[in-house]
Amino acid sequence: MDFFDDIIIDIKQLTFSRGERYICKNIDIRIPRGKVTAIMGPSGTGKTTLLKLIGGQLKPDSGSIFLDGDDIPRLGRSDLFDVREKMGMLFQSGALFTDMTVFENVAFPLRVHTKLPQDMVRDIVLMKLHAVGLRGAAELMPSELSGGMGRRVALARAIVLDPALVMYDEPFTGQDPIAMGVLVNLIKKLNQALGHSSIIVSHDIKETLSIADYIYILADASVIAHGTPEQLKRNDSEQVRQFMQGLPDGPVPFHFPAADYETELMEGC
Amino acid sequence: MQAVADNLILLGRFVLERIAAIGRSGMILMHAVIARPDPATSFPLLVRQLYSVGVLSMIIIVVSGLFIGMVLALQGYTILVDYGTEQAVGQMVALSLVRELAPVVTALLFAGRAGSALTAEIGLMKTTEQLSSMEMIGVDPLRRIIAPRFWAGLISLPILTMIFSAVGIWGGLLVGVEWLGIYEGSFWSNMQNSVDFFDDIGNGLIKSLVFGLVVTWVAVFQGYDSVPTSEGISQATTKTVVYSSLAILGLDFILTALMFGDL
Repeated sequence: MDFFDDIIIDIKQLTFSRGERYICKNIDIRIPRGKVTAIMGPSGTGKTTLLKLIGGQLKPDSGSIFLDGDDIPRLGRSDLFDVREKMGMLFQSGALFTDMTVFENVAFPLRVHTKLPQDMVRDIVLMKLHAVGLRGAAELMPSELSGGMGRRVALARAIVLDPALVMYDEPFTGQDPIAMGVLVNLIKKLNQALGHSSIIVSHDIKETLSIADYIYILADASVIAHGTPEQLKRNDSEQVRQFMQGLPDGPVPFHFPAADYETELMEGC
Repeated sequence: MQAVADNLILLGRFVLERIAAIGRSGMILMHAVIARPDPATSFPLLVRQLYSVGVLSMIIIVVSGLFIGMVLALQGYTILVDYGTEQAVGQMVALSLVRELAPVVTALLFAGRAGSALTAEIGLMKTTEQLSSMEMIGVDPLRRIIAPRFWAGLISLPILTMIFSAVGIWGGLLVGVEWLGIYEGSFWSNMQNSVDFFDDIGNGLIKSLVFGLVVTWVAVFQGYDSVPTSEGISQATTKTVVYSSLAILGLDFILTALMFGDL
């Protein structure tokens, strides 16, 4: 079966720069519907920026990002806020509202976007919290949660409106092995159970390979490789191999560009 | 030659950045002012902000007002008693408070107490991605976070100013009448005869309204526009206090000249 019979996001010729530096240059990415797609690459290659571009929080220099026919960079402010109801995003830090309880955090999207009666809001929130295993933590404040729990609450909040697309920004960073395993399972299970499409931005290779259906690898402002996990494991490009096997030096240099080592040391003499 | 060109470039960049910042702050003000309020959600948010911005500033305002009124009466008495006109202490305390000291000192205290708190709160929300996540949930943080804080500041400051004046006059009464023995009847009647509702109290309130606008505008803008790092927030908080204090003092002179300059 071809992944790309049905796509939810179609990014065409996208270019975005900060000052003189290109974050992405003429990239094309297609995200299949109902699958888990990973966007991987070394730190600082603009993976998070790409999510912000899809979410419309940043405007690209050129190119288009179609979500079900809407070209996100060209939407007006209020249309953009409407389109965002179709998206859920899990931020790296969790980004829970610190002045609300766990329950209120998860209920927030429902309260602002729907006119559901109070008891139905309660049921939906408890169901989503149950799905991430934190129904018992409903009355806690975000400051009372551990990092992994916070991220699970944020995940419950991201899926509470049953969005068509869920974006995960570095979901595994800074998690202990147990929390990491829990998150990996949750992302996979939720994707299957709720039938949404997921985009995971990550540089945790093992975890991401275990759940992704399709992977894009970004480096030097462009897509250097893409394919299923098996295809990428067999990829013999040196740059891809360096990244997939976690080699410290290779086409992506270990050293930040600098003057000649010996010359610089001798300068002080 | 190169040095001159470099400096010109730096100057140009500095000016352009300032202009861009003014533009951004104007956009924020516009969104806060024209945001269509939805009474069911906006009102509780506003009440909560009125509490944290206004009610929680009461203690510092009441204590400062009391002491400033007491000092004014004491200072006024020592000068006026030489001319045998110590009965005018009430008038002096009331006029200096409602026209000048209450709006200015309240606004300065408000900038330090509430303005800096607003900046730090919004800045931290930005650092912890709460503003971004709100945007991604499909809620405009300018309407949900900025607008209620802005209106709360604008509403609170004139009320705090009136409280400051009232408590200050009471402090003047304590010192002038209770301690130094000025006749209470002339303390109040002199005040009543000389303080005009529109010219003095009204103008004082206009001042505090303008200061309220400036302080909250600066505070919410600095928070919203802060660099999302711990250093960025500390700078933004400092800027809020410095910019709004300078703006208060500068605007006070301009407003005083416009209101009372033709006397």
